Amino acid sequence: MAENKPITKNVDWVVVLIYIACLGIGWVNIYAAVYNPEVNMSMFDLSNNAGKQLMWIGTAVLLIICILVIDYKFYETFSFIIYAVIVFLLVVVLFAGSNINGSRSWIKFGAFSLQPAEFSKLAISLAISKYLSDPAISLTRKLKDYYPIMGIIALPAFLILLSNETGSMLVFASFAIVLYREGMPGFIPAIGMVTAALLIITLLFVKWYIAGVIIVIAGLAIWLMPVMTRRRGGLWATIIIGFVMIGIVFGVDFFMNNVLQKHQRGRIMVLLDPDSDPRGIGWNVIQSKIAIGSGGFSGKGFLQGTQTKFDFVPEQSTDFIFCTVGEEHGFIGSAIVVILFVSLISRLVVLAERQRSRFARVYGYCVAGIIFFHFMVNVGMTIGLMPVIGIPLPFFSYGGSSLWSFSILLFVFLKIDAQRPFTLSRG
Amino acid sequence: MLESRRFVIIGFFALVGLIYLFRLFYLQVLDESYSIESSSNSIKRVIEIPFRGQIYDRTGKLIVYNTPVYDLLVTPYKARVEDTLRFCQVLGIERHDFDSLMAAASAYSRVKPSLFLRQLSKEDFASIQDVMVDYSGFEFAKSSLRTYTAPTLANTLGYVSEITKGQLEKQEEPYYRQSDYIGQSGVEKIYENELRGKRGTKFVMQNVSGVYKGPWKGGELDTMAVAGANLYSGIDLEVQQYADSLMVNKVGSVVAIEPKTGQIISMVSAPTYDPNILASRYFSKNYAALARNPYKPLFNRPVMASYRPGSTFKLIQALIGLQEGVITPESGFTHANCPVGCHNHPATGTVALGVTHSCNPYFYNVFRRIIYKNNIQNTFKASAVGLDAWHDAISKFGIGQRLGIDLPSEYKGNLPNKKYYDRFYGEYRWKFSNIYSLSIGEGELLITPLKMANVAAIIANRGYFYTPHVIHGVGDSKKVNPEFLVRHETGVAPHNFDPVIEGMIGAVEAGTARRSRVEGITIAGKTGTSQNKRGDDHSIFIAFAPAENPKIAIAVFVENAGAGGVAAAPIANLIIEKYLTRKITNKALEERMFKSDLMSKVILTGQKKPVSADTAKKKPVATPQPARTNP
Repeated sequence: MAENKPITKNVDWVVVLIYIACLGIGWVNIYAAVYNPEVNMSMFDLSNNAGKQLMWIGTAVLLIICILVIDYKFYETFSFIIYAVIVFLLVVVLFAGSNINGSRSWIKFGAFSLQPAEFSKLAISLAISKYLSDPAISLTRKLKDYYPIMGIIALPAFLILLSNETGSMLVFASFAIVLYREGMPGFIPAIGMVTAALLIITLLFVKWYIAGVIIVIAGLAIWLMPVMTRRRGGLWATIIIGFVMIGIVFGVDFFMNNVLQKHQRGRIMVLLDPDSDPRGIGWNVIQSKIAIGSGGFSGKGFLQGTQTKFDFVPEQSTDFIFCTVGEEHGFIGSAIVVILFVSLISRLVVLAERQRSRFARVYGYCVAGIIFFHFMVNVGMTIGLMPVIGIPLPFFSYGGSSLWSFSILLFVFLKIDAQRPFTLSRG
Repeated sequence: MLESRRFVIIGFFALVGLIYLFRLFYLQVLDESYSIESSSNSIKRVIEIPFRGQIYDRTGKLIVYNTPVYDLLVTPYKARVEDTLRFCQVLGIERHDFDSLMAAASAYSRVKPSLFLRQLSKEDFASIQDVMVDYSGFEFAKSSLRTYTAPTLANTLGYVSEITKGQLEKQEEPYYRQSDYIGQSGVEKIYENELRGKRGTKFVMQNVSGVYKGPWKGGELDTMAVAGANLYSGIDLEVQQYADSLMVNKVGSVVAIEPKTGQIISMVSAPTYDPNILASRYFSKNYAALARNPYKPLFNRPVMASYRPGSTFKLIQALIGLQEGVITPESGFTHANCPVGCHNHPATGTVALGVTHSCNPYFYNVFRRIIYKNNIQNTFKASAVGLDAWHDAISKFGIGQRLGIDLPSEYKGNLPNKKYYDRFYGEYRWKFSNIYSLSIGEGELLITPLKMANVAAIIANRGYFYTPHVIHGVGDSKKVNPEFLVRHETGVAPHNFDPVIEGMIGAVEAGTARRSRVEGITIAGKTGTSQNKRGDDHSIFIAFAPAENPKIAIAVFVENAGAGGVAAAPIANLIIEKYLTRKITNKALEERMFKSDLMSKVILTGQKKPVSADTAKKKPVATPQPARTNP
């Protein structure tokens, strides 16, 4: 069995190397972001974020060793228990948490603080994987099989919402990817994306014009539709879809003004037109674009970034760490980071697909989806393609909670993957 | 079937990655605007202003230099003043001053330093420096003030002050910024470009709050400030101060020129003021007081005030007459048949005697001959042609022209020609009898003290002059303005100067200026009495000495002091003696001149124009005025 073979032989070194590369680049850029030319500071000084991050990296390595040592069956067996513990912590934090930046989601240990919400991703991933590992569950046919999944996601989501960490909650949208892979009909994510697209289009153009365009497209679709399809309900389906879309268009107005909070509305408006509020919400986006844009092809050089160094870009070492990469290392540096992430995620999908157990595959997709979502939203917001949502860039952003949670998330999968040769297919 | 969805998923990942790569490429490589914005965000140009050039006198003594002063700056958010009372006491300010200064600084910026107190002297700085350690948020910035070794030459040197709004807008190349200092008058204005030096530019980085964060690119694009060029002047500081002391309580001018070079030895504009008062933190208060002073101390009389030259002009008439051949050195004229009056004096049988005794009819006749030299029968036409010929000859002496001295606002004066009288009388409606007062330097003639000093220099040089100038060397190489090296010829032959100079020596030895002759020095001089409608005559004297080898040419104008021999000649001769021998023999005369107070005789008006500019523009009197005694 696996216990006889050294784990180093079976672990996927491609992922490990990408992981190490991300940590290394991330750490150097955290140092660059907090670097102050007036103060002679060391990368290893625990009083600055770079030094602290090094400590987090060290502890993460310890965690990884633990994960690799623990029997792989542990995660599947205890998945619901892990889930329950995290949910319990989320409840605890609501009452006993420390208030940092307006969200009551931190547990403090001396100078360091942990955010249970970060670990909810792991909990949900394990729980969903465990639930779907039952071969009787089919996402293709039975609607009722979705209910437990909804529940698994909704419970922590609700608790996180209460502690005012909307950003972390939005990450749960990434589970759509795994559900799609496991059989969820394609039209559901399609509707999601169309809705999001409509939302943005509605904010940019006059509502009646959009309604007109939708009616014309629907008309064309019906006209071009094969007669058989039309007879089999295609006609009505198209008409209903059209009306629903028009409904969304008009609903957006209501949604924007009555459902979203003021700062959330602002973030979306700024995405569409950053200059609408250059000193307020637009500031982050404008300054971050200036930072990245001013990097040019090869960047200003290590520690030479003026935008990030002089606090023009807020949250430089955490959510806006990508700005430092863009400014100091230019297009080359940014492209390397983008390619690293796409390679990592794609590799994870490849690994997930080669799993023999459905649990392992689902979990693999969960990991890939979560990392992808973080990457997409975080980098997207720094280059003005996504609204400003405060979620970290995995392995790059400063922060112990996020580094720990992503490391655990990833290495649990690598551990399971390492044991693949000895696992019998059940899925 | 579901397995194939992996391609959709990986495709989606790759698509997002590609979109991001394109977006990054656009932002970072294609769109240049972001790097510009980043620079304007965080990189600031700091201008370093170098020391202004210093000015030296002809003996190498410093006239103008710079004193370091200290501006006190405050950064409001850092400022901690526990006991405001003591703080105010130390700085010598009132509590409400403190409050308003603090409020103004805070209104400008909480995080950037702003000016709190300007131009603290080194002494003030030394006394408060230790105490200021107790108050955080305050810092000193070094700047400099113009300082003058002697309280003299105020108008010649000019002053330096904050650039005005108009000047700021008018500058062709954007060099000055608001609150920069610029030379406003005198030498400081004319030589501004040389004196100001080269500014240094430092590129520094600043953070989002504008706080300094070190040099940009390690300072590789920075340029060093280069101190302004020193100026070397021909001013003799000792003589200048002596002349100043003689002109105390008088209104007028002294201009002394070295004839061989055109360098100005001394230039007094009286009344004057201590230039240091316009180079202090009380500039505006002091300036306002000077501007309100009815004697107009800011009016640079040597180059801006204009007077009728009076009898001093007879020298030029004699020279032109001799050059034109209308008289010989032996020509004599009597008082007979002459509309201009005269005083009792021995017979004037030669040019020299005519000059010595300043005989009005003599020069009436000389001028008449000059005008009617042509053989035109019609007296109107003859006068017109004659006047223009005369005008051209006189112009060569610099009369009615700008000499081109290196001082601003030089007044041209007035030298009438045919066109000038045509405007009043109509063409060929006037003749010699309308203009003869020009013969004795009255009428429509207007000259400045500088021009008359230059005339003295021309006679000293026997026929040529160099443009009078204050500064003859710029920078370490003492570069000379080539215009000051051009010899200007008057077209009068040197031998024609002999009788005139003889007459001038006679004037000082035995004539109109005999009371101020100096033992041991041959001075050639000529008094003048400038009539004016606003009070007593102006006292004028021009001279050069020693007559054998002229080293100094001088013109002295004392307003409303009476005849030339009364005030101007003694002052001029004392200055000459001082310059040539460094001591004074006639102590009694010196004492009298020190004490003489002629201010009360000066008629003050609110007019802004040069004293007799109004009379020049007026229609000349049609009937000849009976000229008064005009020695």
